Amino acid sequence: MVTIEFLGPIGRPILTMEASTLRDVAEALKQDAEMAQWIDSCAVAVNDTLVASLDTLLSDGDKISLLPPVCGG
Amino acid sequence: MLELHDGALNVPEILTRWYASESTSNYGAYIPFVGTVRDEDGIEGLSFDVYEPILTSWFDAWSAKVAPLGATLKMAHSRGDVLVHESSYIAAVFSPKRRVALETIEQFVEDFKASAPIWKYDLRGGERLYARERSTAIAGAGLLGSEQ
Repeated sequence: MVTIEFLGPIGRPILTMEASTLRDVAEALKQDAEMAQWIDSCAVAVNDTLVASLDTLLSDGDKISLLPPVCGG
Repeated sequence: MLELHDGALNVPEILTRWYASESTSNYGAYIPFVGTVRDEDGIEGLSFDVYEPILTSWFDAWSAKVAPLGATLKMAHSRGDVLVHESSYIAAVFSPKRRVALETIEQFVEDFKASAPIWKYDLRGGERLYARERSTAIAGAGLLGSEQ
């Protein structure tokens, strides 16, 4: 199982699911109507490191974070 | 050094403390940038969410980047509510000579705005409203919606 956390204004509770790559997570979230407004603008981190490929391999216990558009300062 | 504070920053205390901490480090330049909440569009203030693990790794990467230039970075940011005319952000560069500090503070603050995992909300009428139109997607955003 991996966990998915939705940071900042997305405001959703942590989700857990079976996934072997980030592509599995993408396919699941694409089916989620609540995520439609966020999915194209979020960066993605695995275990707190930003990633750039849907082929990123996932292991049991990994944490995937979705980071919506930012504005510090 | 990266500091996170609950609520508004105590700007005089932080700037003085940072100055004192490097007073014998032989730096010729200390250039701070202070971000203060402006009274505009009827807001009562701003509020911030911070994701500390990635903010810390982003800051550490910047510190490593400027170290060969002889520069040191310091940054403080607020979590939670910061009212109008209070300050939520301080970035500072110490360097042996002014040019490195002047150039670094601009690059650092611009990358902070584009990359640091911090989310801003307007405080208006008792509500906390995500400032989406003023926010910037982090480089590489949209991966989950892509067809790669």
